[in-house]
Amino acid sequence: MSTPLRPGAATPAAVPPAGAADRSAGIDVRQALRRDARWRWWEIALLAALAASWFGLPGHALLGNEIAILALFALSLDLILGYAGIVSLGHAAFFGVGAYGAALFAKHVLPDPLVGLVVAMAAAALLGLLTSPLILRGTDLTRLMVTLGVAAVLYELANRFDQITGGADGLQGVVIGPLPGGLEFDLAGRVAWGYSLAVLVLALLLCRRLVHSPFGTGLQALRDNRLRASALGLNVNARLVAVYAIAAALAGAAGALLAQTTGFASLDVLDFHRSADVMLVVVIGGAGWLWGGVLGAIAFKLLHDLIASWTPQYWTFWLGLFLVVLMLVGRERLLRPWTWWRRAP
Amino acid sequence: MLTLLFDGIAYGMLLFVLAVGLAVTMGLMNFINLAHGAFAMAGGYATVLLMQHFDLPFLATLPLAFLITAAAGALMERTLYRPMYAKPHLDQVLFSIGLVFMAVAAVDYLLGSQQQFVKLPAFLQGRLDFEAVGIGKYRLFIVVVCALLALALQWVLARTRFGSRLRAAVDDPRVASGLGINVNRVFLLTFAVGSGLAGLGGALGAEVLGLDPTFPLKFMIYFLIVVAVGGTSSVTGPLVAALLLGIADVAGKYYAPKIGAFIVYALMIAILLWRPQGLFVRKGAR
Amino acid sequence: MNAVTQPLLETRGLVRRFGGLVATSDVSLTVMPGARHALIGPNGAGKTTLINLLTGVLEPTQGQILLKGDDITALAAHRRVGRGLVRTFQINQLFNQLTPLQSLALAVSQRRGQGARWWQPLGRDAAVARRVEELLHEYRLADVMHQRTAQLPYGKRRLLEIALAIAGEPRVLLLDEPAAGVPEGERQEIFDSLARLPADVAVLLIEHDMDLVFNFATRVTVLVSGAVYAEGGVDEIANDPRVKAVYLGQGHG
Repeated sequence: MSTPLRPGAATPAAVPPAGAADRSAGIDVRQALRRDARWRWWEIALLAALAASWFGLPGHALLGNEIAILALFALSLDLILGYAGIVSLGHAAFFGVGAYGAALFAKHVLPDPLVGLVVAMAAAALLGLLTSPLILRGTDLTRLMVTLGVAAVLYELANRFDQITGGADGLQGVVIGPLPGGLEFDLAGRVAWGYSLAVLVLALLLCRRLVHSPFGTGLQALRDNRLRASALGLNVNARLVAVYAIAAALAGAAGALLAQTTGFASLDVLDFHRSADVMLVVVIGGAGWLWGGVLGAIAFKLLHDLIASWTPQYWTFWLGLFLVVLMLVGRERLLRPWTWWRRAP
Repeated sequence: MLTLLFDGIAYGMLLFVLAVGLAVTMGLMNFINLAHGAFAMAGGYATVLLMQHFDLPFLATLPLAFLITAAAGALMERTLYRPMYAKPHLDQVLFSIGLVFMAVAAVDYLLGSQQQFVKLPAFLQGRLDFEAVGIGKYRLFIVVVCALLALALQWVLARTRFGSRLRAAVDDPRVASGLGINVNRVFLLTFAVGSGLAGLGGALGAEVLGLDPTFPLKFMIYFLIVVAVGGTSSVTGPLVAALLLGIADVAGKYYAPKIGAFIVYALMIAILLWRPQGLFVRKGAR
Repeated sequence: MNAVTQPLLETRGLVRRFGGLVATSDVSLTVMPGARHALIGPNGAGKTTLINLLTGVLEPTQGQILLKGDDITALAAHRRVGRGLVRTFQINQLFNQLTPLQSLALAVSQRRGQGARWWQPLGRDAAVARRVEELLHEYRLADVMHQRTAQLPYGKRRLLEIALAIAGEPRVLLLDEPAAGVPEGERQEIFDSLARLPADVAVLLIEHDMDLVFNFATRVTVLVSGAVYAEGGVDEIANDPRVKAVYLGQGHG
C-alpha cells in the first residue's frame, strides 16, 4: 500500500473527489425518503375497510367497538415494544388509569365524553412520566418486573380504595353525555363504535406521522443500537421517556373509550390478563409496523369469540396452547403462511 | 411481635425454596420462566391427591411431590424449553405465560376451582409456647426443612463437582462446554431439581399459602421479586431477598392491612430503582 | 506546535480504575486543531478505554477532559457529540433495521438540531437532504442506500460507520481502528475517505496497521498498560528503539 495519505499531499488529480462521475446523476434524497414513507395501497385499503365496516356491519357494533378499543391499546404497546424495544408486562396500568379516570370524571365532574377522554389521556400520560425512570435502567427482566409491579400496585390500590373505585363490583352509575352534534350513545352501540373508530384512526394517523419523523426514526435507531444512537447525539433517556408517555396516553385513551362506551369500569381493566392479552395481540399482528395492532386485534377477538362459543370457561387453555405453539414455531412465521411447512431455520 | 417475625421468616424460607429453582435456571439459561409457579402448584396438588386417593401420610408425600415435579420438569425441559433458549426474551415470556394459562385452566377443569386443604399430621399441628413467642409447630417444621434444603444447596454448589460445573455453566456456557462440561445435562438436571424444589415448596406451602388453580398467577410476582432483588448468581442472594420479602409481607399485612400487599410491590420497585441488577450481584454476572 | 493555538481536545491526568485494575493511568494528552494524531500500543494497552473516557461512555476515576478549553468531564455522552466530539467504533455499531439513507438522514437531522421533530417527515428539510446526498456520494453508499444495513457487505458497513461519524460534523474525530477487518482490496476506499477529511478537523486515530499510521499521522502517542509510554512526531516514534521493543516484547510494558 503506497498511496500517500498526508493531508494536502493528495492532489485532486491523484484522488478524484468522490462522486465526480455520478454527480450528474444526483439523488433526490427527499424523494427517496418520501418513497419510504408514502402510503402503501394496502394501508389505504385497511383504513377504508375499517371505515366500511362501520357502515356495512351495523349488527356487529358491540364486537366492532371491542376490536377498535383493543386495536388502540395494541397500537400503544406497539409503540414501545416494536419501535423502542421496551418489554412491558404491565401496560394495563395505563389502560386502567384511563378507564377509571374517564369513569370517575364522568361521574363526579362532567359527563362530556371528549373532555373526559382528554383528562383520561392526561392522567395516563402523567403516570407514564412518573414511572418512566423505572424502565430506563436495568435488564429486560428488571423492566418486566417493574412494569408488572406498577400494574399490580395499581390493582391493589383500586381494590383497597373501593369507596372510590367500586372495588371488585366495579364503578356503577357512569352516565356519559352526548358527543358533539348531539350524538347520544345508542343502545345498539353504533355511535359508540363510530366514536372508538374515529379515535383509533386519528391515533393511527398520528403514530404514522410520528414513526416517519426524525423522532420516530431516532426511536428505531435506539431500539437497534442504543450505543450508536447516543453516539449520534441522541438523548436516549429523554426519547424513551417521551415515547413511554405517549404510549401511556394512547393506552389511557383506549381505557377511557371502554369506560365511556360501556358506562362501566371495574378492576379487570388493571388485571394481568389484560396486559398479557394485548401483548399477544401485538405479537400476532406483528410488532414494529404499526398495523399489527389492528390486525392482531381483529384476529384475537374473532378467535376469542370462536373458541369461547365452544368452551366459555376454558378459553385461557386454548389461548395458552396457541401461545406455546406460536412461540415454539417462531412468531414471525404466523404472518407468512408459506413458511408453515418449512422446517424452522 | 416476635411471633410475627417468626411467621415472616417461615414465609420467607418457604418463598426461598419455591423461588430458588427459578433463580438458578434464570442465571443458568438466561430464560425468563414465568411458569415456575405451575410446578409449585403441581407439587401441591400431588400431595393433596396422594393423600386423598392413596391414603399416604403427609410426610411421605413430600419427597414424592419433589420427585414427581422434578420428573415433569425434566421432561418439559427436554421437549419444550430447550428449543426456546435461543429465542428472544419476549418470546420466552409469552411462551411461559402460555404454559401458565394452560396449567391453570387444566387444573381448574380436572380438579375444580375450590381451595384444596391439606390435613396435617397431629404432631405438626398446634403451637409451642415459649416466653413471649408462640411458634406454630408447622411453621417451625417449614423453617427447619427449608433451612436444611438451603444448606444442602449451598453445599452442592460449593463442594461437589456438579456444583462447580453448574457455576461454570452459569458464568459462561460456551466456555464451559469448551471445557468438556456437558452443558445440556447440567441444564436438564438443574431445571429438574429447580422444578422439584418448587413442587416441594408447593406441597409444604399448601396449608400456609392456600392452594387453588390460580396459585401460579397469584404468586408469580413474589417469585420474580425474590429473583430480581436477590439476583441470579448465588443461593444466598435469593435467600436474603425471600426472607426480606416474607417478613415485609407478613408485617405489612398485620400492621397496615389496607395496603399490605401494596407495600411489598412498592418496596420492590424502590429496590429495583436503586439497584436495577438486584441487591446481590457478583461482579461480571449477567 | 504553535504555542498560541489552543488545543482542541485535552486530557489532564486522566485515570480510570476498574476495581483493582488501572486501565488508564495518568494520561495527559493534547490534540491540536488539524491534528493527525495516532494512538498506538500493544493489545490491552487501554486505547479503547481512553476513547470511551473521551466520549463519555465511561466516567474517569480522576482527571479532566477539556474540549476547546471547556471542561467536559461531567458532560453527558450525547451532549459531547453536539459539541463536535465524534467517534467511530472498532466493531461496527450500526442500525441494522434501518437503511443507509435513513441512518444518515437521522444523523444529519440530529446534528442540525432537528432530531426531535415529530411532525415532519424525515429528510424534509432541504439543507439536511443536500448534506445526506453529499455523504451518500462521498462514501459510495448511493447504490445501496435503500438496502437494510443488516444486508450490506462488510466494506460498505465500514464506510457507513465512518459516514455516520462525519455526518456529525466533527471538530474532533476519534477513529477506533477504521480499517479493522476490511479486506485488502477495500482498504483503499477507507484511506481515501480519511484523506478527504477537512483540514481543520482534528483526528485521533487508534490503529494497528502501521502503514496507515505512518502514512496518515503526523503525531503519535504510544500507550502501554494504560499510561503514555512515548509521544512525539511520527518519524521520532518510528525510530524509537524503546517503542520497537515494546512491540516486539523485549521491553517492559
